[in-house]
Amino acid sequence: MEKLQSTFKNMVLSLVTISVVAAGALAGVYILTLNTINAQKTAKQKQAILAVLPEGATVSDAEKANGLTVYKAYIGDKWVGTAVETEENGFGGPQKIMVGFDAEGRIINYEVLEHQETPGLGDHIAEWFKNAAKPGQNIIGRKATGAFTVSKDGGDVDAITAATISSRAFLNAINKAYSAYTEGEVQAATGASQLSNDSTETAEVNIETEVAK
Amino acid sequence: MSHFITSPAPHVHSGDSVRRNMLLVILALLPAYVVSVIEFGYGALITAAVSVLACVGTEWLVSRYILNEQKQTIGDLSAVLTGLLLAFNLPSTIDWWIVVIGAVFAIAVAKMTYGGLGQNLFNPALAGRVFLLIAYPAQMTTWPLAKGFETSYVDAETGATPLAFLKQAVKDGQLVADKLPAIKDAFLGAMGGSLGEVCALALILGGLFLICTRVITWHIPVSILATVALWAAVTGWAGLLPADLTTANYVAYSLCTGGIMLGAFFMATDYVTSPMTAWGKIIFGIGIGIIVMVIRTWGAYPEGMSFAILIMNACVPLLNKLRPTRFGEKRK
Amino acid sequence: MNIENNALKTLTNGILKENPTFALVLGMCPTLATTTSAVNGMSMGLATLFVLVCSNVVISLLKNLIPDKVRIPAFIVVIATFVTMVQLVMQAYLPAIYEVLGLFIPLIVVNCIVLGRAEAFAAKNTVGLSALDGLGMGLGFTLSLTVIGAIRELLGSGAIFGLHIFPEYYAMLIFVLAPGAFIALAYLMAAVNKLQKKS
Repeated sequence: MEKLQSTFKNMVLSLVTISVVAAGALAGVYILTLNTINAQKTAKQKQAILAVLPEGATVSDAEKANGLTVYKAYIGDKWVGTAVETEENGFGGPQKIMVGFDAEGRIINYEVLEHQETPGLGDHIAEWFKNAAKPGQNIIGRKATGAFTVSKDGGDVDAITAATISSRAFLNAINKAYSAYTEGEVQAATGASQLSNDSTETAEVNIETEVAK
Repeated sequence: MSHFITSPAPHVHSGDSVRRNMLLVILALLPAYVVSVIEFGYGALITAAVSVLACVGTEWLVSRYILNEQKQTIGDLSAVLTGLLLAFNLPSTIDWWIVVIGAVFAIAVAKMTYGGLGQNLFNPALAGRVFLLIAYPAQMTTWPLAKGFETSYVDAETGATPLAFLKQAVKDGQLVADKLPAIKDAFLGAMGGSLGEVCALALILGGLFLICTRVITWHIPVSILATVALWAAVTGWAGLLPADLTTANYVAYSLCTGGIMLGAFFMATDYVTSPMTAWGKIIFGIGIGIIVMVIRTWGAYPEGMSFAILIMNACVPLLNKLRPTRFGEKRK
Repeated sequence: MNIENNALKTLTNGILKENPTFALVLGMCPTLATTTSAVNGMSMGLATLFVLVCSNVVISLLKNLIPDKVRIPAFIVVIATFVTMVQLVMQAYLPAIYEVLGLFIPLIVVNCIVLGRAEAFAAKNTVGLSALDGLGMGLGFTLSLTVIGAIRELLGSGAIFGLHIFPEYYAMLIFVLAPGAFIALAYLMAAVNKLQKKS
């Protein structure tokens, strides 16, 4: 077959044809994979939530508490814990953490979703604070008080070696999560009927923080 | 010391002069080394011995078995000096095998790969140190507190260096006065840090000795120190310091901590990796000063001297082009 | 010329003599960025191999239908189509690897090897030879990425293909980071050059 000459008509025709066929092929692959991709994405988010909550719990839809996203877990009708997606600025950038509390306020588990800490130093946050062999640094199973601090600042959690700032940020994120958890707990206890009062409550809190500043 | 007498000019540039200069630099480093042995104890002895032996051994092995050189170069003492400088940049409690890896990298990769002494683009000791810093960040940033000669090698008490506190002071405005050592201690060396960086006084004495014996010129050290001091002063005047840190103190701490003295007198002045002309040297020094303070203020690491010198090392061929002086050319 | 011989030569050319990484020094961006472990390097290599073979075949088939003046845009559209397919399939069925390679999958479009082989080989040769060339180049790329990945993984985290050889405490983190990629690549290239000089 002769090679097509580079006339205007030929160029337009060949490019258009190739593009249309390519677009068609892509559309086909896109439709074929769309469901699987979406299923993967939700499964990943769900996995992170379930990993920090008691086994066998069903998880409610996302709610907002104290500016953070919380997921409540129930076994039957009984509330057994809450997963909180929390965030704090670390040494290299924001740390995004999913942390789960049980009904008594003990930390069940945590997962680091995203972080930009220094590799080899700050990025140990993913494992450091759940090392059951080292009670000084382990926070799993501890009752949260909203005031975790590193031992260097007078607290009782050992910071990551040579990464105090990352550790501080991590504990702050957990503390923030705890305050969101306690707010959620109040709601869970008082029930939905008092939801109307909530807006005034938050307003009062806001005023207090203004004064504190 | 009789064999250090030099004949009047003109000098013939022989292999011997490399050896003499290296020996003088090693002598100039001794006061600082004595202080570090006093401050950090056995760890300082072990680390330096391992580092020097590993450097010399690597150079011998590489030139003997990989390059198949007939003539050995370890006699020029440059490997000994590299080993000593590398040890000066390490915490005294570091595992010995890490020191060996750093020494192998410094000599085999940063020096011999480029073609040996005189060809290397980067300061070998600093390249080794930065390699270790990125390879073993936790071990390399765990500093022993200076506890005198009895400081244990294996299980010393550790803590952040003054620089880490200074960074937070500027970055977050934290109060730091009670966390920093007294300026006198910082000047004399009683603070946490790497082996050779802690005693500013000993390093200044060594540096002056080198300038007097004409091993180095004043341009690089003075321009580095002046730039760092000026930057620190401007930071203070701009009101970026916490309430308990005066501008004068911040300038003093900036100069005395984080290996500025060690770098300015001993690392940046390395013949092979610094510019040849006087103006080139001054620009080189100013560049180092600026980069070091930028890293210290905004960078991920509290200390920036090694990175600053390595970055400016890479600019040296350019700086040598900037003001070429031909043989016999008169400068206006 | 013996046709069989020619085919074999085309296939092995990319693996050894004109290895994309060590001899042609093409596609450095994914080479440096994705070889943090042997598995990652190999996945990137295989993704590129698939795109190379497919695009070489299609471009060789279409070579007479594409006017010379618009051949580059036409090639790019073909390559981009296959790359996007790889991306979607990976995202659906290999999410873990997709997350690691992420940005570098779409970047295969501008990988010099793919366009280079399309332009230099597929546009001038038969379908069969083009497929073999794509396969050879792809295998060469996969091989070198896997080797670099294995070395970086061994030195940087003490493992090969996830199998721990020595404790992580002794591993040199720098080899997992960008500088380690340059160092490993440089010394491998030096070794390959030295070996080829000898033979």
